[in-house]
Amino acid sequence: MGLLSTKSKEILLGPLSRNNPVIVQMLGICSALAVTSKLEPSIVMGISVTVVVAFANVIISLLRNTIPNRIRIIVQLVVVAALVTIVSEVLKAFAYDVNKQLSVFVGLIITNCILMGRLEAFALGNGPWAAFLDGIGNGVGYAVILIIVGFFRELLGSGTLLGFRVVPQAFYDFGYVNNGLIILPPMALIVVAVIIWVHRSRNKTLQEN
Amino acid sequence: MKALRNYLDKIKPNFEEGGKLSMFRSVFEGIETFLFVPGSTSKSGVHIHDSVDSKRVMTIVVISLIPALLFGMYNTGYQHNLAIDAHPGFWMTFIYGFLAVLPKIIVSYAVGLGIEFTVAQIKKEEIQEGFLVSGMLIPMIVPIDTPLWMIAVATAFAVIFAKEVFGGTGYNVFNVALVTRAFLFFAYPADMSGDQVFVRTDSVFGLGGGTVVDGFSGATPLGQIAIAGKELIGSFHNVDVLGHTIGTWDLFVGLIPGSIAETSVIAILLGAAILLFTGVASWKTMMSVFVGGIFMAGVFNLIGSTVVMTVTPLDHLFLGGFAFGAVFMATDPVTSARTETGKYIYGLLIGALAIIIRALNPGYPEGMMLAILLMNVFAPLIDYYVVESNISRRLKRAVK
Repeated sequence: MGLLSTKSKEILLGPLSRNNPVIVQMLGICSALAVTSKLEPSIVMGISVTVVVAFANVIISLLRNTIPNRIRIIVQLVVVAALVTIVSEVLKAFAYDVNKQLSVFVGLIITNCILMGRLEAFALGNGPWAAFLDGIGNGVGYAVILIIVGFFRELLGSGTLLGFRVVPQAFYDFGYVNNGLIILPPMALIVVAVIIWVHRSRNKTLQEN
Repeated sequence: MKALRNYLDKIKPNFEEGGKLSMFRSVFEGIETFLFVPGSTSKSGVHIHDSVDSKRVMTIVVISLIPALLFGMYNTGYQHNLAIDAHPGFWMTFIYGFLAVLPKIIVSYAVGLGIEFTVAQIKKEEIQEGFLVSGMLIPMIVPIDTPLWMIAVATAFAVIFAKEVFGGTGYNVFNVALVTRAFLFFAYPADMSGDQVFVRTDSVFGLGGGTVVDGFSGATPLGQIAIAGKELIGSFHNVDVLGHTIGTWDLFVGLIPGSIAETSVIAILLGAAILLFTGVASWKTMMSVFVGGIFMAGVFNLIGSTVVMTVTPLDHLFLGGFAFGAVFMATDPVTSARTETGKYIYGLLIGALAIIIRALNPGYPEGMMLAILLMNVFAPLIDYYVVESNISRRLKRAVK
């Protein structure tokens, strides 16, 4: 058996584009708007969610036959909360500045719709390996969108990338000014909308009438 | 005229499907129907046709904007002369303003029409000259010192995201010109407010150079009120750029700093007369904006605890962009309420909200732009409830 059979590949790669959690399923929009004004927090947030969703998927998948159906949401929340606490503590220890920028949104990964969606829809009905791949796929799919949004918002809004100045000083001398609007959350929505626009126009199957 | 018609007919086949210039079909059609009444009419359904189609309506609005635009050009030169203490005479003053404003008009039209033509060509649609009015409004509602590239970026943003994504002319939720201004206002606040941008002190194309006189301040009357507004009442007077006190009459005439065409209430009223006489704009919307503003300003006068609250209702109507917004923006037939009762509600709320934002918001000196944009959102809701209440009233009558 290949570790990446056709089915596994589909589980891992599907959420990157055709079944992307953010731009196709419209999940996790809230944090995508909140943390993407700079590139660095976007990357950290993407990684954090990927880690949490992958391991939560594995744990729930292992427990799936022992969890009573009526209290499964509580069990899922406990697992996710434990993982989020670990991620949060790691960030506080090793990336304190980013953690401060992300503020409550690390803690709010608990309520991220992608997590509950994957646990409910996938982990409860599949084995741990498939669930792990699914978690990685969805987490990376989420992270990719966050990074694209964060890239454009930091570039146009601050003229920097990861804190380094990339718009040359000559531009500013000529009268170029950073766009203050794109730092505000509403513009993140428009950037996400543009990504969806481009994505849909390249994928005929996703177009609705 | 006839020669032009014949010429258009002669070159027309080039632009048809398969012709060698078919990639410019939309441009040709746009120009043809702008110059002449189109020869084709709707083929299906019941339509009442008269000679005034949307393009003629747009042309009338553009004509009604001319007085305010010309006055804005003159005022640009006038404020400049005050700032550098020059006296070049009427025509040189006007020419200075004309040269300062013209590039903005060209940029706004080039960017906006460029996008419109491209979209029309891609979607194989007829060009709707909706941008004729927006393109004229955009340079009129920005400060004179707004850089051209900012106008280009904001116009492109507004035409794409406020208009084309909603389906083009006639489908936009928000007034395109105001979205442009809102984009500029939030994206480049330093170039859209404060006391540096409303009076041009540099020369234009080598014309009108000079040094700025001592004691010059380019703050608009509304800006002065906003700065003083947070203080408790003292003795407050609006002043012009040289520090002389100005009163209600000066606000009415409009030789004061401000966005290019918003200052003169006289010129705006001329435009309003044209719009109302031709029936293009609704007098109900226009009047109720003013009534709403007067009412709200009166309420604040009664409270009267800060400088901005004590501004008289009449001054409020003459200050900033209130009159301009009421006449040219609130009456936009696409984004305003369409039911007759709805127009009253829509207008009253715009007027009242504009004054509330001016009086209570610490950040923005002017509230007209945000008030109109906010009510654009609610216009369909107002229409819905007006229609619903009408239905239920008539139902009740029928059941009895």
